[in-house]
Amino acid sequence: MAEGTQQHPLKIYFFVWTLLFVLSAFSYWVDWYGFESFTRWGLIMLFMILKAGFICAIFMHLYWERLPIIAAILLPCSAILVFVFIMWHESYWTLIVRRIYFAITGS
Amino acid sequence: MEESNQNVKVVIPEKKSFSKEWASDQKAFKGVPWGKAMMWIFLVSDTFVFSIFLISYMTVRFSTKSEWPNPSEVFGLHVGHYNVPLLLIAIMTFILITSSGTMALAVKYGYEKNRKMCGYLMLATAVFGASFVGMQAFEWTKLIMEGVRPWENPFGAPQFGSIFFMITGFHGTHVTIGVIFLVIMTRKVFRGDFDTGKRGFFTSQKSNYEAIEIMGLYWHFVDLVWVFIFAFFYLW
Repeated sequence: MAEGTQQHPLKIYFFVWTLLFVLSAFSYWVDWYGFESFTRWGLIMLFMILKAGFICAIFMHLYWERLPIIAAILLPCSAILVFVFIMWHESYWTLIVRRIYFAITGS
Repeated sequence: MEESNQNVKVVIPEKKSFSKEWASDQKAFKGVPWGKAMMWIFLVSDTFVFSIFLISYMTVRFSTKSEWPNPSEVFGLHVGHYNVPLLLIAIMTFILITSSGTMALAVKYGYEKNRKMCGYLMLATAVFGASFVGMQAFEWTKLIMEGVRPWENPFGAPQFGSIFFMITGFHGTHVTIGVIFLVIMTRKVFRGDFDTGKRGFFTSQKSNYEAIEIMGLYWHFVDLVWVFIFAFFYLW
């Protein structure tokens, strides 16, 4: 899009603003309604990703930036997912070791 | 042959492919104001800081043998005879989103050089941000009175306290710094610094409404982090 200028219609801001309210209300409703396990986590993740996406894309103007800039910002963040994956396994390993240790020592 | 240099225009190639723009003779941040590029680089690094906090929270929560406290109950509020789960947190979330909306509009009016609208919206953002910090202070006070400490709490796994104070504390610090800068920027907007191009106190660079967009990036980032904290810490 046009470089140096960021002029967008008012409508899109109000649309995203409303959407963020609605999505937040939905996330709160997930807790209120008392969904459990996978339904709960799935819905929380869905609303979270949608909210984060709209904030980044519209409010932070990422949608109108050039692809090389978007990539320079978003690609490094994918390393986080690798770290999450590693630590997820690490934490389960720790839990197993703890369970074994506490079972043997009886504490 | 004797053409003056003034007629030579630097042509920025449009719509190059992604790999070509990242190639050695090109720049990825072409045409981006330096302040904005620096803010983005800071925000990416800050993303790593917050994600490390959230990852440590995940690691601690998954590996603990004791029951993790139920945030719905811990952060519930009594309204009359009812115990409303997560009420304060929900209000804080809506306030932060409201402030994000006013900030986005402030950026828009800034680019339209609408000084008054931009200033009032910036002020509103600062007020919402300050009220968010106030509610967080209330939340901290309530939990500390109930006996939550970084090393123990009456609800369950002792790690809960340290994670809570670290993550919300760090986020609250970001909001507080944001509010301080919003107030400074609001003053600059109302004084007309961005219209007259007054030179900055520290940088001695000409002021420009781009500063509002950079401020906006930071503020939206604070809201963005809250989205993740709200989902992972309060709702999970």
